[in-house]
This record gives sequence, structure tokens and C-alpha cells, in this order.
Amino acid sequence: MRQYILKRVLLMIPTLLGVAVLVFFLLRVLPGDIVELKYAGTGTYAPKQAIERERAQLGLDKPLWQQFLSWIWGIVRFDFGQSMWTGRPITHEIAIRLELSVELALMATLVAVLISIPLGTLAALRQDSWVDYFVRVFSIAGLAIPSFWLGILMILVFIIYFRWLPPLTFTSFWVNPKANLMQLVWPALAVGYRYSAVATRMTRSAVLEVLREDYIRTARAKGLWEKVILVRHALKNALLPVITVIGLEFAFLVGGLVVTEQVFNLNGIGKLFVEAISQRDYTMVQSLVLLTSFVFIFVNFVVDLINAWLDPRIRYQ
Amino acid sequence: MLARLCKINFVATLLEVRDLRTHFHTSQGIVRAVDGVSFDIKEGETAALVGESGCGKTMTALSVMRLVPKPQGSIVGGEIHFQGRDLLRLTEQEMREIRGAEIAMIFQEPMTSLNPVLTIGRQITETLEAHERLSRDTPEARALELLRLVGIPDANRRLSDYPHRLSGGMRQRIMIAIALSCNPKLILADEPTTALDVTIQAQILELMRELSRKFGVAMMIITHNLGVVARYADRVHVMYAGKVIESAGARDIYQNPRHPYTLGLLHSVPRLDQPRKAKLDPIEGQPPDLWNLPQGCSFSPRCKFVIERCKREVPPLRDIGAGHRSACWVAETLSQGKVSSS
Ligand SMILES: Nc1ncnc2c1ncn2[C@@H]1O[C@H](COP(=O)(O)OP(=O)(O)OP(=O)(O)O)[C@@H](O)[C@H]1O
Ligand SMILES: [Mg+2]
Repeated sequence: MRQYILKRVLLMIPTLLGVAVLVFFLLRVLPGDIVELKYAGTGTYAPKQAIERERAQLGLDKPLWQQFLSWIWGIVRFDFGQSMWTGRPITHEIAIRLELSVELALMATLVAVLISIPLGTLAALRQDSWVDYFVRVFSIAGLAIPSFWLGILMILVFIIYFRWLPPLTFTSFWVNPKANLMQLVWPALAVGYRYSAVATRMTRSAVLEVLREDYIRTARAKGLWEKVILVRHALKNALLPVITVIGLEFAFLVGGLVVTEQVFNLNGIGKLFVEAISQRDYTMVQSLVLLTSFVFIFVNFVVDLINAWLDPRIRYQ
Repeated sequence: MLARLCKINFVATLLEVRDLRTHFHTSQGIVRAVDGVSFDIKEGETAALVGESGCGKTMTALSVMRLVPKPQGSIVGGEIHFQGRDLLRLTEQEMREIRGAEIAMIFQEPMTSLNPVLTIGRQITETLEAHERLSRDTPEARALELLRLVGIPDANRRLSDYPHRLSGGMRQRIMIAIALSCNPKLILADEPTTALDVTIQAQILELMRELSRKFGVAMMIITHNLGVVARYADRVHVMYAGKVIESAGARDIYQNPRHPYTLGLLHSVPRLDQPRKAKLDPIEGQPPDLWNLPQGCSFSPRCKFVIERCKREVPPLRDIGAGHRSACWVAETLSQGKVSSS
């Protein structure tokens, strides 16, 4: 097991390196560069020399392979450099937003889990009854309704009925937990509802499948209580594929909540991402892509560990 | 002789199945999987339920456990008396207390019948816990004792092992240990050895016989292997198309079969007590579709001894001799493959 973990951790390195190469060169292929965009923003005429000087300052005049190597060398030393647009250290820019994004992703995932596992199980137990149909409609609606639209709806309701507006600035959980949760619970609900849809359907089909297994019949023949059969025998097996789905959704949520962050006025990773791309802030985009890839790989790894922990057949391989 | 008869009569009947009917609702119509099955099992007796694939053996056993797959299947009629109680009238809660404790079941597929994510020990102790049979020992100690009883080597370590580490034969031993855990009165074994290697089959059957004698447990072994019947069963119930068509002592069935289908079965398998050259003679035709049974006796379309009456009236299962019952209109005149002219 220790060996397996070590192997998985070491395997992350070539994967991340591949991602680094890809994002680095794809970015340079995009038309327009950061210096031109900066001057375009000011609306003034930029002399060619000024542009050249600026490019040299950012190191953009060097050959591509040199730029790439110096970037990688920095990463190896955990030095991500400065944002080309603001000039501030990238680690700082990401750190202040990562807390919010991770917390929101965690809360949304929690919401999705709390919705999908009970509802999916219930739908499976009452297959083809009105409960099942209700759950089906409820989860399809979750997929069909964009979470930003649901968010806007929520905000409208707050304003009209409660005369309350989500605060404009982010309060850290460590500073004021109550204010923090009050702020994040609504976007978490909007996003979590949407992401519960796939997990609900997954839970339903997995539970249905497991309930047909021979060992469930054995459990019944042993005279166990239905509750024990469901929780100990059925759910423990059925949740294996569900955990995988939920893990991947969580990884996606860390970097992918662009629109929802906009609606709820949250300054998270998603927003930073969009800004960095539109500004051609090469170093920032590169670091963000590496970060989200890392989150994906890491979550995948954790999911595999959980599955191995739950399923001895995987563990002993 | 008289003493023997008396003794037989004094053994109490443990299970009494009367006119049991279990049907499935499918798109083709009603499948009469069990269509009026009647048989008895006495205390401590080993009975065999034999018949071709699909004739309703598994569904008969599952009906006794009241575990017919819902919602397609349901028991629509009959009575199942177990120790004087009609199981079909019990509440779900009362039935749960009987399952695993009074009547245990062993299934055909040892590879899939144990839960892959629970340890062997847990799968034994949870049965004890469900029936609160924990008076003398801790559940773990009892589980260990059971594993030793069914001949699992290195039992102590196996308790914390998972099923996938064991062979099919070992898993079936675990299933036997689980079945025995609460000292049941009756064990229903649904083709317990069909999925195993031939050499292992004999070991498992020997083990079941030894333990059933030791603890006085009655068994119903479902099989289509007549060799198993001859070696291990006291009584035989032959099923065809959802009905028991002949019941007799194991010896009687071989020496004096009284139903054309039983006759056909005996002639269609090689037998040790006959010269090897004896011609095998499989029964012609196919068993009927259970959703579309022929009128009269359901074996009549394949029967060599068919008479006019067979096509009109369903022959009832009736006594035709001491402890011998047959559902054939011409049972009395039937002997070893021909209708005697008397
Ligand atoms: N879920 C189901 N839906 C519809 N029909 C079913 C279902 N399960 C069983 N049956 C029908 O019930 C009949 C009896 O099935 P059963 O499993 O009792 O046969 P069996 O005698 O045990 O056969 P085998 O030797 O193959 O195990 C079969 O012919 C089958 O068509
Ligand atoms: Mg069967």
C-alpha cells in the first residue's frame, strides 16, 4: 500500500510536466500579447520602443525555450513569479482567492452529497413509484437550470422579500465564521443543487444494481433487518462509483465556478482565471492551469484511496 | 417391520408445503413458476428436490423463505406450515426472525453470495447479532468455532479476511457456517455444489451430511444430479413444470419409479448400477413454457404412456403406496418403462 501511494505521487510529476508544456506553448499561439493589450487599455498611442522595452522587462524577448526553462526552474523552487499584469507575486494573488474557492467547492459538494445520496437511494428503493418520478424530475431540473440563473433568482428573492443583499467583500471563515457561512451558503446551494443531479442518478442506478446482487439475497436469508441490509450491505457497495463522480465534480468546482462567482460577487479562482486569460497574463494563466490540474490529479488520487479503503478487492491488488 | 413403520410415523413433520403457488407477472403473461407444489419434510430428514432447469425448484425454496423477488413475483396461494405455524400468515417481522435462525438457506453461487466488502467474520457475527444468539460466547468466539466446524484451515486468520481471497469451495463452507450459526431446524440448499469442481462437490456434500446428522438439522437439497440424490437423500421430490409429480423414499424412486417423467429422468442419466453399455434415452421434447401450460397433465405432450384422460384432467398427487406419491393417472400400472397390461 505504501509503495502504491509513493508510485502514484511520483506519477503526478510527468503528468504535471505535460500540462506545463501544453499550456505554455498554447498560450503563446493565442493572438495578441499582454503588452499590446495593456497599451490598448490606456487608449493612448504606444511608441514601438516603449513596447519593446516593456516586453524585455517581462522577459518576453528571450527565445521560447529559455522562457519555458526559467519558468519551470522557478516552479521547482516553488517560485511562481509575478503576475505580468499587476506585478504582484502570483502566490499571493492565488492564495487570497483559493480559500474562498476551496471553501465554496467543499460546501457545494457537501450540498450535492446531502441531496444526491438520500434522494438517489430513496428513488432506487421506491423504483417506478411517484417518489422515483419526483426525484427524477427534481434532478433533471437541476441539470437544466443554470446555477447562475438560480443564483440570480435567489438574490432577487433576498432583495425583494428580506431586503438583504449578499455582502460585497469576502469574510474569511477564520475571521467571522457566521458571516462567512451566511455569504457562501447561497452560492453553495445553487451550485450544489446543479451538481447533485449526476450523483443522484448515479446513486439510484448503483443502488438498484446492488440490490439485485446475490449477497443482498444472502443478507435477507440471514434474517437481517432491512435497515442493516441497506446501509451495511447495499450502500457500502453502491457508493463506490458515486464517490468517483463526486470527487471529480469537486475538482472541477475549485476552478470552474466562473459565472456563479460573478453573480454572487465572489472574488474566486474562476474570476481570476477569466481575467488572466483576457489580459494574456501568461504567468498567471500558466500557474492557474497548473494549480487546477494539480487539484484534479490530487482529488483523483484521494478518490482512489477512499475506494481502496472501502473495497478490499482493490486494496489487495 | 411394524416397529419401523411406527418409528417413521412418530418423527414429527417439520415443514408441510401444501398447494403452493408462486407466480411472476411478465410481459408474456403470468409465469406459473410454482404451480401447486406439495411436499413434507420431517425433522432431521434430508430431502432432495430434483427436476430440470426452470421447473421452479429455486422459487419453491425462496417461497418457503418468503424471499420471492418482488415486485414481479408473488406467492398467490397455498400454505407453508413450519413447526405448526403457517409462514404465509406471518408478519414480515416474524418472518425475519425465522430466516437465518430457524430456516437457513445456502445458494448456488458461492462466488457472488458473500458480500465482497465485509470480512468473513463480520458476515457470520451479524447473523448472530440479528437473532441475538449471543448467550454463552462472544460472537467472535462463536464465529471461530463455526469456521473450525466447517473445516476452514487457519480459521483465526480467515475471520478478518475478505471473501475474494477464498476459493469457491471455501466460500461455500463459509455459507454453511453462516447457515449453521443459529442452530436452525431446516437448511434449504439450492444447488450448493453445482458451481464447484467435482472433487470439491463431494467434500461439501459430505460435510453437509455430517453436520446435519451431528446437529439433527433437516435439509432440503435442490439438485439436478441424481447421483447426489442417491447418496445423500432420504426422500426425493421430483418437480416438473412447477409441480411435484412424484415423492418417494430415495431407494423407492430408483427401484420403483411411478411417474413417466421420473422414469425418463432415470433413463436419461448414466447409472452406476446398470451395465455401462445401457443405452441413454433422453426425454423427447421440451418442458412447456410456464406462462402457457398445456391443458391437463403438463407432461402429457412428452409422455410415452399418455391416455385420453391426461389431456383433459390434471392428475393430482396421490398416495400409491407406503410413503410413495405420484401425480399420474396410470401410476399403478407403470413399471420400468412399460405399462403392464394387468
Ligand atoms: N424474475 C423472474 N421473472 C419472471 N420469471 C421468472 C423470474 N425468476 C424465475 N422465473 C421463472 O420461474 C421459473 C422457475 O425458476 P426457478 O429459478 O425456480 O427454476 P429452477 O428449477 O431453480 O431452475 P435452475 O435449475 O435453472 O436453477 C423459470 O422457468 C423462470 O422462467
Ligand atoms: Mg435454481
